Amino acid sequence: MSRPQLLLDGVSRSFDGFKAINNLSIVVEKGELRAVIGPNGAGKTTMMDIITGKTRPDSGKVMWDQKVDLTRMDEADTARLGIGRKFQKPTVFETHSVEDNLRLSLKGGRSVWDTLLHRRTRAEDARVAELLDLIRLSDARNRPAADLSHGQKQWLEIGMLLAQDPQLLLVDEPAAGMTDAETMWTAELLKSIAGERSVIVVEHDMNFVRELGCKVTVLHQGSVLAEGSLAHVSAMPEVVEVYLGR
Amino acid sequence: MTRLIDRRMGIFLTGLFILTVALPIGNLWMEGKPVPSYAVSLMGKYLCYALLAVALDLVWGYCGILSLGHGAFFALGGYAMGMHLMREIGTRGSYANATLPDFMVFLGWQELPWFWHGFDMFWFAALMAMVVPGLLAFVFGWFAFRSRVTGVYLSIITQALTYALMLAFFRNEMGFGGNNGLTDFKDILGFPLQSDRTRVGLMVASALALAGGLLLARWVTRSRLGQVLVCVRDAESRTRFLGYRVEHYKLFIFTLSAMMAGVAGALYTPQVGIINPGEFSPANSIEIVIWVALGGRGTLVGAALGAILVAFAKTLLTGWMPEFWLFALGALFILVTIALPKGALGAIEGGLGRLRPRSTTATKEARA
Ligand SMILES: Nc1ncnc2c1ncn2[C@@H]1O[C@H](COP(=O)(O)OP(=O)(O)OP(=O)(O)O)[C@@H](O)[C@H]1O
Ligand SMILES: [Mg+2]
Repeated sequence: MSRPQLLLDGVSRSFDGFKAINNLSIVVEKGELRAVIGPNGAGKTTMMDIITGKTRPDSGKVMWDQKVDLTRMDEADTARLGIGRKFQKPTVFETHSVEDNLRLSLKGGRSVWDTLLHRRTRAEDARVAELLDLIRLSDARNRPAADLSHGQKQWLEIGMLLAQDPQLLLVDEPAAGMTDAETMWTAELLKSIAGERSVIVVEHDMNFVRELGCKVTVLHQGSVLAEGSLAHVSAMPEVVEVYLGR
Repeated sequence: MTRLIDRRMGIFLTGLFILTVALPIGNLWMEGKPVPSYAVSLMGKYLCYALLAVALDLVWGYCGILSLGHGAFFALGGYAMGMHLMREIGTRGSYANATLPDFMVFLGWQELPWFWHGFDMFWFAALMAMVVPGLLAFVFGWFAFRSRVTGVYLSIITQALTYALMLAFFRNEMGFGGNNGLTDFKDILGFPLQSDRTRVGLMVASALALAGGLLLARWVTRSRLGQVLVCVRDAESRTRFLGYRVEHYKLFIFTLSAMMAGVAGALYTPQVGIINPGEFSPANSIEIVIWVALGGRGTLVGAALGAILVAFAKTLLTGWMPEFWLFALGALFILVTIALPKGALGAIEGGLGRLRPRSTTATKEARA
C-alpha cells in the first residue's frame, strides 16, 4: 500500500534554454527518508526550488498528499502546507538570538496581526526548550545566531524546520562544513526525524549517505539516473561513470 | 521581552520633556525672554524632522527598505495641513474671497476644486494628513512588494515617486499653488500663528507627536512582528520559507511609516509658515536617510537625535557659510559610515559599554 506524500511527474524546467530539470519523476512516501545525490549542477537544489514553489516548472505535475498542486503555490504557501526547507548555504537570522530563531519558526499564526499581538505561552517555552536540547544548543540559547559555528548554524536551521512541525523536510547539504563526528550525529538526527515526517536529504558526503541507510536517488542532468540502496546504485556502471567522469 | 521604555528611550524622553517645559517657560514667562520666539519654532521644526526620521528608521532600520522618497509622505502631510490653513484665511486674503484661496482667484478659477472640499474642517485635514500618505504608500507598496522589487531598484523607484510628485505639484493646474506653494497663513484653530503662545503650543504638540511616534514605533518593533521585520531585513528568503508573507509585513510597516511622516509634515507646515513643491525634492529625502545613518540605524532614538543634530548643524552652517553646507553634510556622512557604522548612538553606547566592564572589575578589586 503506497501513500505518496510527494509526487513529481515528468517535471521539466529550463533556464535560458539550459534544461536544469528534465522530465524528472520522483515519489516520496509518507514517513520516508530519502537521499538524493548527484554531481554539481545535477539539479538537486532546483528540484527543491520547484517543490517549495520558489521556481515554477515549465511542465509536469508536482502533487502534495495526492491532492494539492504545488506548482500553483509560493514559498509561504508551501511552508504553511507543511514543507520545511533547509538551504544549501545555512541561513539563520543572525542578529536574533538562537532562542528567538526557534520561536519565530514555531508553528502558529503568521499574519501581521497575529505577530503584532503575539504573547508568549508556556507551551511555546516548553517546545523551544525541547528543540534546543535536541539540536544541542541549549547553552547558546541567548547568543546571537551569528556567533554560532558553521555546523551549529546547520543544526539551528534544522531545529527551525522542526519548530514549524512540517510533514516534509527538504534538507540541502546538511553536513557541509561539519567534522566527522558532527556529520554522524546529524545523520542520526535526521534518521530519528523520519518516520513521523518525510525527509529528503541532498548530500555529497557518501559516508553520510551510507549512515542514513535509506533509499538513494541519483540525479544527473536534471533527471533520475538510478534509484535504490546505496550499495545498489554505486555498483551501477552509469552512476560510476557520472561520478568519475566529471 | 524587552521593556517598552528601555534606558535609551527613557533618557531621550526625559530630555525631550525637560526641553518642552524649559523652552516655553523661557519664552513666555521669564523676564527678558531668554528664549527668543524664533528658537521655539526652530525647535518645533527639528522635532518634526525627528519624527520623520523615526518613520524612516522603521522601514529602513528594521525592515531594510531603503526609501529615498520619504520626503513625499512628509510633504503630502504638510500640504494637507496647508490646505486647511489656506481655507482658514478666508476673507483676510488679498482678494478677500471667502472660499477661494488667493492663488485660485489669481488664476481666474470660479470654484473650489473637488479635492479642496472638506479641508475647511481641521479634523478632516488632520485625518487626510495621515490617510493620503498612507494610501499612497499602500498602493505603491502593494505593487512594488508584490512584484518583489527590492534593494537599489526599490530605492530608485521611491526616489522617482517623490520626483514625479514634485513636478506635478509645481504645475499651477494641479491646484496646489504651483511653485509658490501654500503660504500667508493666518491662524490655526483660531489662534494666530504669529503669536508666541501659538508657536509654543505647536512646538509642544510636535514634542508630543514625537514622543508618541517613538513609543508606537518601539511597541511595534519589540513585538513579534518587529522581530519578523528584522528577519525580512536580514534573510528575506528564509522568512518566506518559514511561511511569513513578506510582502504583507513590508506593506504594513511602509504604510505605518508613511502615516507617521504625514503627521510630521502636518505639524511642520504651520511652524515654518509655508509648504511648497521643494519639499518633494529628491535631495530632501536623501537628507532624511543621512539623519538616520548618522544617528544610528535601527535604534529609533538615534534616528531622532540624528535628525535634530544635523538640522541644528545645518541652521548654524547655512547661517555662516551657505555654500559649505552640502560639503559638510557629505563629509560627515562618509566619515560616519566609515568610522561609526552603527551611527552616533551606537558609538556612544559602545563607548560606555567598553567602560563598564572595566569599572565593575575595578569595584570587585576594591571590595576584595
Ligand atoms: N535561477 C536560475 N537561473 C539560471 N540557472 C539556474 C537557476 N537555478 C539553477 N540554475 C542552473 O541549473 C543547474 C542546476 O543547479 P542546481 O543548483 O539545482 O544544482 P545542484 O544539483 O544543487 O548542484 P550543487 O551540488 O552544486 O548544489 C545549474 O547549472 C544552475 O546554474
Ligand atoms: Mg545544490
